[in-house]
Amino acid sequence: MTKLQTLPAATSSDAKSGKSPRRRESRGNLAFSRSARIKGLIKHAILILVGGVMIYPLLWMVVSSLRPNDLIFREPGLWLENLEMSNYTDGWSALTHPFGHYMINSAIVVLGSIVGNLVSCSMAAYAFARLQFSGKKLFFGIMLLTIMLPFHVVIVPQYILFSQIGWVNTFWPLIVPKLLATDAFFVFLMVQFIRGIPKDLDEAARIDGAGHPRIFLRVILPLMVPALATTTIFTFIWTWNDFFGALIYLTDPDMFTVPVALRAFVDSQSATSWGSLFAMSIVSLLPVFLVFLFGQRFLIKGIATTGIK
Amino acid sequence: MSAIGELSTMTRRKGPMTKEEKKANGRDNKAAYVFLLPWLLGLAVITVGPMLMSLYLSFTDYNLLQPPEWVGLDNFVRMFGDARLHNSLRVTFTYVLVGVPLQLAVALVIALVLDKGLRGLPFYRSIFYLPSLLGGSVAVAILWKQIFGTTGLVNQVLAMVGIEGPGWISDPNTALGSIILLHVWTFGSPMIIFLAGLRQIPVMYYEAAKVDGATTLQQFWRITLPMLSPIIFFNLVLQIIGSFQSFTQAFIVSGGNGGPSDSTMFFTLYLYQKGFGQFDMGYASAMAWLLLVIIGVFTAINFIASKYWVFYDD
Repeated sequence: MTKLQTLPAATSSDAKSGKSPRRRESRGNLAFSRSARIKGLIKHAILILVGGVMIYPLLWMVVSSLRPNDLIFREPGLWLENLEMSNYTDGWSALTHPFGHYMINSAIVVLGSIVGNLVSCSMAAYAFARLQFSGKKLFFGIMLLTIMLPFHVVIVPQYILFSQIGWVNTFWPLIVPKLLATDAFFVFLMVQFIRGIPKDLDEAARIDGAGHPRIFLRVILPLMVPALATTTIFTFIWTWNDFFGALIYLTDPDMFTVPVALRAFVDSQSATSWGSLFAMSIVSLLPVFLVFLFGQRFLIKGIATTGIK
Repeated sequence: MSAIGELSTMTRRKGPMTKEEKKANGRDNKAAYVFLLPWLLGLAVITVGPMLMSLYLSFTDYNLLQPPEWVGLDNFVRMFGDARLHNSLRVTFTYVLVGVPLQLAVALVIALVLDKGLRGLPFYRSIFYLPSLLGGSVAVAILWKQIFGTTGLVNQVLAMVGIEGPGWISDPNTALGSIILLHVWTFGSPMIIFLAGLRQIPVMYYEAAKVDGATTLQQFWRITLPMLSPIIFFNLVLQIIGSFQSFTQAFIVSGGNGGPSDSTMFFTLYLYQKGFGQFDMGYASAMAWLLLVIIGVFTAINFIASKYWVFYDD
């Protein structure tokens, strides 16, 4: 937490930066000037309006999922007369497997991806941030470039490769790339973070006779927990939402993750079952929402420092 | 520093290495390559290898069953005459060139409103940011399909004021627009980058401007915008690269076919159909390389143009 503040952008995005001198100043001015107060009110009005319009569809989806089906097409309001849970029970068992099956599949892929990213990206980041080796500049430049590489350029051969080893309809094609640090964004995030850790700590450990593996495990890793948390959260959300990869590699309903299961649901249902479709959509969004609630701090720092989505 | 900033400084630095630098560079070779092993393996097997392979495949006819057959430039010649491909490029360009500036403009305006010591900032920020996290999901695409449907939420609201709205996503004229709107809806993440950037602008600039009698608008044009231009540039580059690759929303909203009448047939969607629908892997690879070139050209234009409008304070 304190370490993140060595990154300029991260500090500034901190919610507590409301206490910075500039902020206090402008707030002080606001209190004195009447026109500024009106201006503030107008700002709040704009923000509430925009925020309301943005969030309304989500709230409406939640409410609609608790309504009888036919109301979805004629009730734009948020008022609920009584709770209709049947959409959830219907939706849960609408596909070949209960919806929980797909959530477990997703959870497996997510867990594998998180472990993969944490291990492989932190190792690469340590090398880039702390070690001197030939070809470092070149490799670092390549790493930055791969962040911007569209994955379509590699997807066809990757598919051929994975299908030839017989990995189609397994979770390996979704997890193995993460074990090999292909999410270069996180390497970059961690490099930035490690650069902010004082080198004296490494030196002290080295004098005590520690080699690189030890310094990495005992000094750097414990200090970079915030960066690891950011990586974990983003990996969770991106992998949980990942549709393209699952669409290509998982064609057997047994192996469906949540996004492809939802897609199968859309395809299989006629327009009459929007209620249960909404219900399962909400179930699928719930983990992301929870992660957002509890991990917001890390998310916001993560975007502010690296500009990831 | 952002990834983009880092890249551009790296390219700016010239001159050969000194002897000491070379020596120091090799100091930890062994340890470094051990630490880099997973990444190097991934680079070779997951990134560079497949890239070269797809370049090769783009000159072949390949359907996964028979071995690839060399056809020279055939795939690229085919692309010239492929009207659906031209259409998909038009759709994608429209999406990128309308959606990205619109999204960034909204992000900037909201960031500006939020910035000036407003009460409840963390709350607003969360509300605006949430859609960015959910926007890429199938669930939200499903929601979009409903609310912009003929009897969807939007038309229900319009009906309350006596307007009969069209079936937004079933009308070829408005279908793409509703997907662009979904992109704009996710303005939260660039907004947070803007907020971070706004905090970096020294207060004394504004104080000095006020002393000199500059109006709020002048302050915006002369201080905020130039000081923020590196961040705008950064957002622009990233969003353009990302938007060219959008797939899920168009796929779900159109039911996977890019309809109605190909009006939401994104380039990536067409690529998917060619590669994984018809297993025309050679053509799909050629398309992928076209996409890479297009994104590369756009990014290069961005970088060249940035010399004229991006202001660096150092």
